[in-house]
Amino acid sequence: MVYSNPPVIAAHRSIAGKKEGDGPLGMWFDALLEDDLLGQKSWELAESEMVRRCARDALDAAGLSAGAVDALLGGDLNNQIIATSFAAKKLGAPFIGLYGACSTFVEGLALGAALIDVGHIDTALVSASSHFCTAERQFRFPLELGTQRPPQASWTATACGCALLRDRGVGIKITAGTLGRVIDLEISDANHMGAAMAPAVFDTLSAHLSDTRQTAGDFDLIVTGDLGWIGRNLLMELFDRAGIDMPADKLVDCGASLYAQKQDSHAGGSGCGCVASVSCAWIMKRMEQGELRRVLLSGSGAMLSPTSSQQGQSIPGISYAVSLEMN
Amino acid sequence: MNTIMPFVKAFLIGGLICCVGQALIMNTKLTNARILVIFVVSGVFLTALGLYKPLVDFAGAGATVPLTGFGYSLAMGAIEAVNKYGLIGAFVGGVTRTAAGITAAVVFGLLNALLFKPHAKS
Amino acid sequence: MSRQPYTAAQYRKLVSDATPGTRMLRGYLRAFWVGGAICCLGQAITLWAEKLNLGEITNPMFTTSVMIFLGTTLTGLGVYDRIGKYAGAGSAVPVTGFANSVAAPAIEFQREGAVTGVGARLFTLAGPVLAYGIASSVAVGVVYWLVRGWVM
Repeated sequence: MVYSNPPVIAAHRSIAGKKEGDGPLGMWFDALLEDDLLGQKSWELAESEMVRRCARDALDAAGLSAGAVDALLGGDLNNQIIATSFAAKKLGAPFIGLYGACSTFVEGLALGAALIDVGHIDTALVSASSHFCTAERQFRFPLELGTQRPPQASWTATACGCALLRDRGVGIKITAGTLGRVIDLEISDANHMGAAMAPAVFDTLSAHLSDTRQTAGDFDLIVTGDLGWIGRNLLMELFDRAGIDMPADKLVDCGASLYAQKQDSHAGGSGCGCVASVSCAWIMKRMEQGELRRVLLSGSGAMLSPTSSQQGQSIPGISYAVSLEMN
Repeated sequence: MNTIMPFVKAFLIGGLICCVGQALIMNTKLTNARILVIFVVSGVFLTALGLYKPLVDFAGAGATVPLTGFGYSLAMGAIEAVNKYGLIGAFVGGVTRTAAGITAAVVFGLLNALLFKPHAKS
Repeated sequence: MSRQPYTAAQYRKLVSDATPGTRMLRGYLRAFWVGGAICCLGQAITLWAEKLNLGEITNPMFTTSVMIFLGTTLTGLGVYDRIGKYAGAGSAVPVTGFANSVAAPAIEFQREGAVTGVGARLFTLAGPVLAYGIASSVAVGVVYWLVRGWVM
């Protein structure tokens, strides 16, 4: 999808947890959480409150009220995306709930931009969040259980990112978007999500490049969501084998960048909030500062559930991509 | 010597049994729950084959504290109860012998939920 | 649209080559010394029980109960998960690890209520252990009953 009336990212805000704040990207986030519970009764409500605050901040930055937003597109990792829908209840904006696992943010950008491009709506707020404590209890084990994580496991980021898209104005433009196909190369280790998602990212990025008749050389940076460093290496292998040029210094993974090695996050960060917060903070701010002009942003999701995992199914991956340009 | 030796034996045997579990964790994709099940069931069958009792006699807590020891108690209880009551003993003995452990886990587990709040991890 | 450059089988091979191995020796050493130490603690409690003259059958029950109390309490204090991360099977295999597997979901699911949360989740991990442990002890008892006369 090449947008003929490219929407503009009028405002973007990010919130991250304490561990994320202590990481190498800590200084880029707009707000850091003091307390992972945010004064709420449960982890799920805490995540919801984080979404509400982040959306509120993005709206304030653009000088808009929630009532002026035509659509809130967002999701998270909880069953039936309760964190986002409970936040949408408080915000009161028309809501499109999305589930693309960790790719949700980029899915929202591509979809929101398409709706604005064709003129159905003028303003869209895109959000995605994840919380370590909600994801862990749903997908893995209770927090208090003493278990060891294998080196390929990722750490679900406690973070949220919101971007406000408008049909006009100044700022980063979303010029093209690619919807991904669900790709499954039969990886069934639920701890190894980077490996499960890398083929989907390969599929979407190569489709995006060939559809828009561009190469990696046309971009200053190519950003992937949360493959982690093992998944990023695998993606490089896939491009290499397919004979598609992909310079290693241009390919940056949000999950692999979010934590320092010594923070014990193993393969890197994951979760919807990972790519959402890192792109709203690190990537978009650097674009606005003039350091980066053209960025290819992708997010990737592992479409597994505890049920599919326990039933022995492999992990299908999905990926979405958008081109971001700063004039 | 008599006070130290039991500790050395418990340490060595207990440590070795845990290493078997560690080998399962590192070399297979088995989750903790499955490993615990495997340990208890192996404890039951090793005891039935007469292989575990010598280990308990030798290492004391080194063999009874790991979950294979829980299997040992289950199997010993069942066998002794069969001697006493006949066939129905098979249904009585295992749980009777381990009643204290199971009850302690349930009661202390519940008390914990009353006393403590979930912690965040970093 | 480009095709996937690897087949599923080739890709699986690539993934296993790209995944770093666990540090084996370190894993064994940690499991060994922590597991050994927990068993020594059990041995000390056994000696204490012997001093209290509890009797041959009650003594191990006392030891187990005290160990389970320690396991659940350390779980509640948020200490046992840290030991578990360090020691792996060293703290999962001893009976304190069983206590941890009972107490951890009980604490975690408080907010889902006393019955459907704490009560039901208490057995998410311990349930299978009890189910298969008890069932296999019954099997052993029945087989023993069948062969007893024949052996003796």
